[in-house]
Amino acid sequence: MTLIRYQAPELAPWSAADRWSNLRDELNSFFELPFWSSFARAGELFTGWSPAVDLYQSNDNVIAVVELPGMRKEEIEISLHDGTLTISGERKRESSSNGNKAERTERYIGTFRRSIALPTRVAATKVSATYRDGILTVTLPKAEEVKPKQIQVS
Amino acid sequence: MNTLTRENRDGDRAQTEQFVAPPSSVIEAGDGYTLEVEMPGVNKDGLDISVENNELTIVGRRSLPVVEGTLVHHESRPENFRRTFELDPSIDANKISASVEQGLVTLTLPRAEHVKPRKIAVS
Repeated sequence: MTLIRYQAPELAPWSAADRWSNLRDELNSFFELPFWSSFARAGELFTGWSPAVDLYQSNDNVIAVVELPGMRKEEIEISLHDGTLTISGERKRESSSNGNKAERTERYIGTFRRSIALPTRVAATKVSATYRDGILTVTLPKAEEVKPKQIQVS
Repeated sequence: MNTLTRENRDGDRAQTEQFVAPPSSVIEAGDGYTLEVEMPGVNKDGLDISVENNELTIVGRRSLPVVEGTLVHHESRPENFRRTFELDPSIDANKISASVEQGLVTLTLPRAEHVKPRKIAVS
């Protein structure tokens, strides 16, 4: 028989309670939020942030509208390669830099990358983008050869 | 009977505006809290923040850029945003301030003077 010196159990009632309340908050938030949003968030846990993208097509342009709330213009990178538009960037944690403590975080912090295969060829040199109210609009003029043309009967 | 209930339900749906709850973060900051809520497409004019019965409600109505052309791929949600938070009793509701930048609403919720830690000088 071995004698083990009595060790006072490490008392951590508060941290345990904290963890429980976090779990409870988590569960609560699951029920509070609409179904799609908890679904999307569960996805974020595994894949990171995947901002919503809408794609429009007009006679002259292909337009991508991306929801990127709370970024700085300089933090967004747009690239075009082989008919694929890639939007990437990094959202930095600002508020914790001065020692503040996050009570509850749902916002995704970190890098993201979205690639979209464009439906037609575009003129890569004429692509322009604007960022307003947290929405990025990328306008990609179609390449001349794919634009619809009216042919006059002579 | 069936038609009656169906009509009622449709009537309700037409009246109530649909909202989605935006992701948010609460950060304890110095003398209070900072609340960040993501509302892409919402600017100052579309924002409606109110405090009632110790509940903070943030409604954001979007003014989305008008894009010409047909939609070929759609992921965004058309609904506006609404989220309600219960305020901690220590927060001074009269001193809440808000700003919005690039679709991120930031609220500063300071603690009331009487709950701040105070040093009492011994005379």
